[in-house]
Formats: sequence, C-alpha cells, structure tokens
Amino acid sequence: MQTSSVIEKPVSQFKQGLNGGLSIAIGYMPVAITYGFLAKATGLSLFETVLMSLIVYAGASQYMALDMIAKSIGVFEVIFTTFIVNIRHMLMSASLNEKVVKERPWKKGIYAFGITDETFSVAAVQKEKLTTGYMFGLTLIAYSSWVCFSGVGYIIGSGLPAVFQEGMSIALYAMFIGLLVPSMKGSLKVVFLALIAAVFNSFFVLFELLSTGWAIVCSTLISAILIESIEVIRNKTGGNSNG
Amino acid sequence: MVSSVVWMIVGMGIVTYLPRMIPLVFLEKLKLPSFLQGVLKNVPYAILGALIFPGVLFIQEELWYGCLGAVVAFLIAYTGVNVIFVVIGSILVLTGVSIYF
Repeated sequence: MQTSSVIEKPVSQFKQGLNGGLSIAIGYMPVAITYGFLAKATGLSLFETVLMSLIVYAGASQYMALDMIAKSIGVFEVIFTTFIVNIRHMLMSASLNEKVVKERPWKKGIYAFGITDETFSVAAVQKEKLTTGYMFGLTLIAYSSWVCFSGVGYIIGSGLPAVFQEGMSIALYAMFIGLLVPSMKGSLKVVFLALIAAVFNSFFVLFELLSTGWAIVCSTLISAILIESIEVIRNKTGGNSNG
Repeated sequence: MVSSVVWMIVGMGIVTYLPRMIPLVFLEKLKLPSFLQGVLKNVPYAILGALIFPGVLFIQEELWYGCLGAVVAFLIAYTGVNVIFVVIGSILVLTGVSIYF
C-alpha cells in the first residue's frame, strides 16, 4: 500500500470496521429480538427496554436483569450482579489496549463502550494495529443492531395472543439454557461451573440462607473460584491426570 | 416520574462501562493475576447455572411444569439451533401442554 493521505485514511478504516462488524450485527439480531420479546413478557415498557440496550449494551446482564426484575430483586443486587458479570470486559479492554493505535483518551473512551465478547473477538484476531476509525465502525454497527432489534423484539412480543402467557414463563430460562448448552457440549469445565453454581444457589435459596440476588452472586463466585482453584492445583501436580 | 427500573438501568450502565473503559483510557499496561483472569472467564458459565436453578422449577405452581420446560429447552438447545428457536420451541411446547392439561 502507498502512504495514504491523513484525511482519507480514517474514512476507509471506518468502512472496514463496518464490514468487520456486519456479521456481528446480523448475529445480534435474534439475540436482541429475544431480549425485547422477553422484556415485554417481564413487564418493562418499550422505553425501558430500549433504554437498557442503549445504556447497558451487554446481552447476558440484560437478560439477567429481566430475570431479577421478574423475581422483584433489589436494585442494588441487580447492579452488583451486573458488575460481576461484566467485569470480564476489563480483560478484553486491557488486551485491546495493546493492539490499538495511540489515540486521545476521550476517543478511546467512546469506542470502549462498544467492547463486547463479539466485537472483541473480531478486533482481537485482526493482523494489523487497530485504528480508531476501524474501532468506531466495528462497534457502531454492532451497537446499532443491538438497540434497534431490541425494540423490534418488544413490538413482536406485544402482538402475542394471551394463550401463550403461561408458556411464556419458560422464556427466560429457555434462553439461559440455550446459551449454556452449546458451551457445555465442548467442555466438561463449563458443565461443572454451571452445575456447582446451580447446586449452591439451590442450597442458598431453598434453605433461605440468602436473598435470591445475593444467592446468585455468591454461588457464581464460589463456583468460578472453586473450579479455577481445582484447575490450578491439577496443573501444578503434573497436569496429565484425568478425572 | 422516573421509575426505579430506569435508575437500575443507569446503575447497570455505569458498572458495565467502567470495566470497558478504564484499561483503554487510564491503564497503559494492566496485567491481572492469571488466577483472577481465570475466575473472571468462569463467571459467565457459572452464573447461567445459578440463574437456571432453582428458579426454573418455580415458574408455575406445579414443579413438573418447570422441569418439563427445562428438559424441552435442553433438548432443543442440544441440537445446536439458534437461541431464539430454543425460546420459541419451549414456549410452544409448554403452551400446548397447558392447553391440554
């Protein structure tokens, strides 16, 4: 490539970013529609539904929030759980920081909002340094899709006949199961992570030891720490044991 | 009037944005201990387990209804179809069941 002009470069990089994000935008469609659909079932208004996608922009925690709203869990517990779930973005942000070109902090601060599991995966596998234009294109198209189709899902949910109401109560759980099972297939570790958290959570809830929100937070952390500790210990003691 | 849901959304937005932003804007080189990295990677799967159980059992008064729903969702998900079909399929099966029983 020739040395391109300073003014043209960001535009073409932006378009490259849009192209890179197109598959994510398509992939988000069904997930966002499902979210909007479930938000309607949970009793949120259209405004709240789209606002959450606009401001939070994190699939898993939005679903989780719906579930916790349905269970009338306290605001603070929902926010804390959201933090626990999304703190993993810190790893992605830190890793991308090694790959992006030097830029003014406020611009990095804007595209940082668009870091998700998916945009990270696409950005992280690029061979070249990531320009700001590219990052804007990539995150903008994915974000737009997420927000728009959340609204679409809500409207679809509104048009649903009342006969489905009882069946709708499974929707959120079906969603969680639908997210979990594909990962379980490939990894025994995922199976144990989910299973141990489920057992601890059931224990906390059924014996009324913790409120539902804290039970979810505690059982998640116990499981995540326990499994990681076991893995570290196994790796230290040779790492070739099966069981 | 601003509903408590709106405040919750704003709070969720803040705690979601900060981890995305801080390493890129403030930390030139952030290296979390590898154990902590591993724990954070585990969180999404663990929380799904906790979100599903025992909540799924109590979606209706009879426990079997939720059990059936979980089994149906699991079976559909196991075929590897998109999540939205898992949701729609489970709703349809349970709707059918509640019409018949």
